[in-house]
Amino acid sequence: MTKSMKKLHKPTRRDALKTLALGATGAAAATSLPLWARYASAQSAEPIRVGFQVHRTGIGAAYGRWYDRTTTAAAELINENGGINGRPVEIIAEDDGTDPKRGAEVVEKFANQHNCDIGFGTLFSHVVIGSAPRAGELKLPYFVVSEGHHVASGMLNRYTLQPGITDVKSQVQAMAPFVASNLGKKVTMIFPDFAFGHDHRDYFTAAIEAQGGEVLEHIAIPPTETSFTKYFPKIPRDTEVIYHVMVGPAVLTFVKELGEFFGPNRPEMFGFIDSLEAVDIGSPGLEFLDGTYFWEGNPRYAQADQSEHDAFFRERVGVDANGASVSDPKDVSTYAHMFGCWETLHVVKAGMESAGYQGTGDRAKLIEAVEAMTDMPHSQAHPQGAKLFNGKTHQVFGHQYITKVTDGKLLLVHTTSIEDTLYPDEVDYTTQSL
Amino acid sequence: MSISTKSLGLHLGLLAVLFVLQFVLPAYHHGNIARIMVLASYAIGFNILFGYTGLLSLGHALFFAAGMYGMGLVVNQFGLPPFSALLVGLLVGGLVALALGLLALRTEGVAFMIVTLMFAQAGYLTVLYFGEYTRGDEGFVIQQAERVMWGIDLSDPTNRYFAALVIFGVSLLVTLKLVQTPFGKVLIAIRENEERARMLGYDVFLHKLAAVVLSGVISAFAGASYGLLFGYVGASFASVQYSIFPLLWVLLGGAGTVLGPFVGTLFMFYLIDLSSGITSAYMLIAGVTLVALTLFAPQGFVGELRKRVWRWLP
Repeated sequence: MTKSMKKLHKPTRRDALKTLALGATGAAAATSLPLWARYASAQSAEPIRVGFQVHRTGIGAAYGRWYDRTTTAAAELINENGGINGRPVEIIAEDDGTDPKRGAEVVEKFANQHNCDIGFGTLFSHVVIGSAPRAGELKLPYFVVSEGHHVASGMLNRYTLQPGITDVKSQVQAMAPFVASNLGKKVTMIFPDFAFGHDHRDYFTAAIEAQGGEVLEHIAIPPTETSFTKYFPKIPRDTEVIYHVMVGPAVLTFVKELGEFFGPNRPEMFGFIDSLEAVDIGSPGLEFLDGTYFWEGNPRYAQADQSEHDAFFRERVGVDANGASVSDPKDVSTYAHMFGCWETLHVVKAGMESAGYQGTGDRAKLIEAVEAMTDMPHSQAHPQGAKLFNGKTHQVFGHQYITKVTDGKLLLVHTTSIEDTLYPDEVDYTTQSL
Repeated sequence: MSISTKSLGLHLGLLAVLFVLQFVLPAYHHGNIARIMVLASYAIGFNILFGYTGLLSLGHALFFAAGMYGMGLVVNQFGLPPFSALLVGLLVGGLVALALGLLALRTEGVAFMIVTLMFAQAGYLTVLYFGEYTRGDEGFVIQQAERVMWGIDLSDPTNRYFAALVIFGVSLLVTLKLVQTPFGKVLIAIRENEERARMLGYDVFLHKLAAVVLSGVISAFAGASYGLLFGYVGASFASVQYSIFPLLWVLLGGAGTVLGPFVGTLFMFYLIDLSSGITSAYMLIAGVTLVALTLFAPQGFVGELRKRVWRWLP
């Protein structure tokens, strides 16, 4: 290896092509290749086909659009740096309509028609859960970017992994120490009455109790509700913190009516940015949120101590310092989630290179290589922050960010440790056969 | 050759072709046809009510989901083996259809459509409400180990294909037989002229109720089978979209024809599959195609075939 590396620095055409044919130069070697040699590699090698299951239509379309941009940017970067094992990455996108039935069909299409090496990029939990059984049966490595607890819960299978984004259970439980110490211990939770809301209800209630706090009232809002005022009298008077995770188009109405209900004397408020992903925080009606706190997977606004990796990530994806598209300041990104696509593709690259991945026959080796990963340092490949991957549960853990709405921007006030997000393993996928 | 022999030959011929396709289809289309056969069974169930009895239900997802959840919950919560779970799915579907029929058949026409739509929406919200068991909108997985029936692993592509063929074959032949029985002919009579059927002495309400239950049971059969074969049970299958799908499939293929539901499902599946590769506005293509078909082939593919060529088609 050392010998061939030395040769690459003073290449003859024959030597360089011989090295490329061996296909074992790895990422470091690939980035050290002269530019002409990178192109020679890309042109001569069969691409790595990444089946991108994207929500282009349906309820997930706003997320899907930004997942698409991030994935495209990550693939371009990987290709500029020599691809994976000297082979270019080709993104083959298929719309799943944010529908689990279509999602499963798309997975079949990736495996059986496009001959993809992996499936990748699914966000909405119901699409992941509907698609994962087929991915497992087809033995197609399925890298999801969903933040659902479904992977780590043991519900899915050995071929489904979530190495680029943390799950809701770890996110929620990591919020409890901050809420209890800084905002109050008597909490009222307002959440949508379906699985996403139930996850918050269950995980946060347990976590705040572990901090010596309590949830005074759980207020579940039916998913078809369009007006919320009638639920607010249920909020106990001694509530110190309102924890809210409303999602969907009604969220603006929810905030407006909550503001009208409380007036200037509101309790502290803590929410998940999922409610306002792709929504301008300065939108009319959201003034009431000023001074309230949010969980963010990745801070939307570039912070004063912004890392070079975040700056690089923004530039490559085309996002400005306010978290909006550089070409349209009104086009707000889904910044708290979309880094997951970028990081996942880099994990795939690292896994394939570690496994010496050559083709679909090496899919099992890829799974084992990713399972063997642990520490993922804060870097260009992981711009959101350092991470710790658990190969048994197929779930990654990482820092969480808490921001405060200040003068129409979300400013960082707290970063959790990775340890705050850990919980006991609920499954060991490595015991399942490949 | 008598009409019934010709008819039986045609339908058995289709099943034979599907049997042979198992051995020649590429993997992707092999999986698609298995899926289409199960979905076509759902359309067949819908067609009994819409095509043969003249009752337009906009809430058939309720029956599909009743079968799917009836099967899935007893597997997930009580560990019932797949065949028993399938029977539970059928039973639940039948009971839900009976209850809905008793209430909804008090109305007719547009009111019947609205009542069935509302019941289906109530069913969808019920799935979300009992999220502790159903996992709400996320749904849950039927694990591979729970999908082994009589030693046959239904997650295996070949086994799944043959299972789907059996499900489709049973649904197809039951319908074919049904439309040839006096009971089926009364249903058609009700569709054509309800008052005349009543005047001839038939108990119209009872016949309609039986049609609702039969239609519900076949739809539930498809729903339970779908969950079992593809390993997922989810609330989206109870949503209004899945009430509209069988209507589209049946309209495309030919309402009131035995083969129409299969042809319509096949056409619609590949229309979406192929057009989604071209544009994200693939539902627009589906919509335009539907409008064009309504204008130029209002009786659907098989309906037009019956009108123009094979007048004996059931």
